[in-house]
Amino acid sequence: MPKHSRRLLRGTVLICALALGATACGGSDDGGSSGKAVSEADVQAALKKGGTITVWAWEPTLKQVAADFEKEYPGVEVDLVNAGTNEKQYTALQNAISAKKGVPDVAQVEYYAMGQFALTEQLTDLKGFGAEKLSAQYSPGPWNGVKAGGDGVYGLPMDSGPMALFYNKKVFDKYKIEVPTTWDEYVDAARALHKADPKAYITNDTGDAGFTTSMLWQAGSRPYKVDGTKVSIDFSDQGAKTYTDTWQKLLDEKLLAPVTSWSDEWYKGLGDGSIATLATGAWMPANLASGVKEAAGDWRVAPLPQWTAGGKAGAENGGSALTLPELGGNKELAYAFVEYANAGKGVQTRVEGGAFPATTAQLTSQEFQDTKFPYFGGQQANKIFAESAANVADDWSYLPYQVYANSIFNDTVGKAYVSGTGLADGLKAWQDASVTYGSEQGFTVEK
Amino acid sequence: MTSPVVTVPDRSATAPAGASRTAPRLRGPRRRHTPGRPRRSVLLTVLTGLVLLYSLVPLAWLVISATKSQEGLARSFGLWFDGDFALWDNIAETFTYDDGVFTRWLLNTLLYVVVGAGGATFLAVLGGYALAKFDFPGRRAVFAVVIGAVAVPGTALAVPTFLMFSNMGLTNTPWAVIIPSLISPFGLYLMWVFASEAIPAELMEAARIDGAGEARTFFQVALPLLAPGIVTVLLFTMVATWNNYFLPLIMIKDPDWYPLTLGLNSWNAQAQTAGGEPVFHLVVTGSLITILPLIAAFLLLQKYWQSGLAAGSVKE
Repeated sequence: MPKHSRRLLRGTVLICALALGATACGGSDDGGSSGKAVSEADVQAALKKGGTITVWAWEPTLKQVAADFEKEYPGVEVDLVNAGTNEKQYTALQNAISAKKGVPDVAQVEYYAMGQFALTEQLTDLKGFGAEKLSAQYSPGPWNGVKAGGDGVYGLPMDSGPMALFYNKKVFDKYKIEVPTTWDEYVDAARALHKADPKAYITNDTGDAGFTTSMLWQAGSRPYKVDGTKVSIDFSDQGAKTYTDTWQKLLDEKLLAPVTSWSDEWYKGLGDGSIATLATGAWMPANLASGVKEAAGDWRVAPLPQWTAGGKAGAENGGSALTLPELGGNKELAYAFVEYANAGKGVQTRVEGGAFPATTAQLTSQEFQDTKFPYFGGQQANKIFAESAANVADDWSYLPYQVYANSIFNDTVGKAYVSGTGLADGLKAWQDASVTYGSEQGFTVEK
Repeated sequence: MTSPVVTVPDRSATAPAGASRTAPRLRGPRRRHTPGRPRRSVLLTVLTGLVLLYSLVPLAWLVISATKSQEGLARSFGLWFDGDFALWDNIAETFTYDDGVFTRWLLNTLLYVVVGAGGATFLAVLGGYALAKFDFPGRRAVFAVVIGAVAVPGTALAVPTFLMFSNMGLTNTPWAVIIPSLISPFGLYLMWVFASEAIPAELMEAARIDGAGEARTFFQVALPLLAPGIVTVLLFTMVATWNNYFLPLIMIKDPDWYPLTLGLNSWNAQAQTAGGEPVFHLVVTGSLITILPLIAAFLLLQKYWQSGLAAGSVKE
């Protein structure tokens, strides 16, 4: 049943994406308030006047922020609704937008999905509120994310996921394996570990679009180039080749645990040492601490392995912003909340709640960097995360229909994980399918 | 199916008590197969056993897993108990977690079932009775529409229904779940068939001759005769509404109006959220609590349910 409904959901996403394309081509833009200047005084007046705003977000730390915000501005009520996580929420948002009813005033959107909503002008350009002045407050990756490859500012970054290598030190110590600093060493460590314990794997991977694109990002590949409705997709650059050559070894030698991330099996593997490392975003500690309690003290954090020895390339994995859907109401109040949560007092509240910030003030503060993580045996892991955040190249872009593209990842690249298809061929198939879909949607797509 | 002996359990009950017991003895040691004592088939027994296992193992897993803590779930074998028995803690935590939202979901589900399934049954009974017992123009057309409606899966209609409700401003309210649940083409069809078999035309005529109005004939003469059918339809619609997932999923965004199915799913999704707290033990315990009322309903209404299914299968 869950599997079935997920497929149904995916179908709905597709239908909605199609509908979205149609309306975009039909030119449904009825002006809206994009670009209209709203002064600080207008926002203050709205706060004084009060009212209710509906916020769609799944980020758990926002609960406290909403409560604090209501306390600070007694006339304002924040209706925080968890309308589902990632794609589920996008489906709901897309449905509400096509129905033109029930659109929230504020919506959480991940960076990879930003383009899909921004390009079709479904999100308010916050430049009208003077948001571009806030750019210096954020680290480069997330700020690049909210610009979605265009000139507008379609949201304020909420969190970010600079990548690092989480590893189970107990397992590494037991088999006397060095913590890898390059991806070549990582492959060697994978071999050594699996040989020492056939039940243990260096990591799990069954094909994950978010992970693969992040790895490409770090390897220097820039498969997507977006200029308005002109898009090019190319997975054949040197960076992509670097990644596929290395990862293919792990696939060929069956060194990756066939466990899907976020499943109960995954949590189990992280706990019992059969999944020894995770290369993922800096938001991971909260999940480890609450979901893998039994391995507290076993895990540590190391910088993300590099493609060239001594390199310092970083990449973002995950992370999201708060946006103002064009059809939402109460724009001034909505912006005031977003600014409070993501640029004002709310940031500190969220960091204390375990979120990983996107603001440089927090990332570079002594207090943040000195925070000791009991879960990581007292390690000051934020130092590693903050450095990683600073090293993210900011010229990456996602497709304006990345949500759809990611949904077909497993039909194309996924084959490399279950059959003899090469990873590079899988990426080529993904490229072709993405090009076809983009052309159908009215984009000018070049390979 | 190809068994030479057709077994009709009802008939064995009406056979003389001694007959089936003495007959085999008179005819020597070889067993004869009578309707009361059908031949045992190893193949059928094995197949039934497999089906039994197939349906009971997940249930056993659920019951066993509900006794484990979050860590226990990860470290122990699925079909056996973990060292520490955490069932009571789990139940308590299920009802208190996140400010006791589970209770709210339970009440929501009850509301949807009582109003939605209850209403659907009521409408199906009224409609089925009318279609079976009254001759009016357009009856065939109604029949065609109902049969057609049975064939359309509810999920296919979900998105159009969403757009329609959204235009009426009803999404995110309980009505968005209740109103579509009120319609049960299959229930109507079943009631129709049942009513035409169960209520003799002579009885209705007699009631009318005695001066009973149409309402009185329906409520005092027809309704008691329809009871087994009503219970059958009620069970059908109850199960459908209780387990309804897709409709509320697209209609309801406000967790305060979630039914249990959506609520449990949102707890499950916490494990897939950056910064979320995995609560698999609560999802499992919550699921167990969720199915208990359905199991109770089936056991309590079993008698009616069976006689309802068999209605019309034997010609008297």
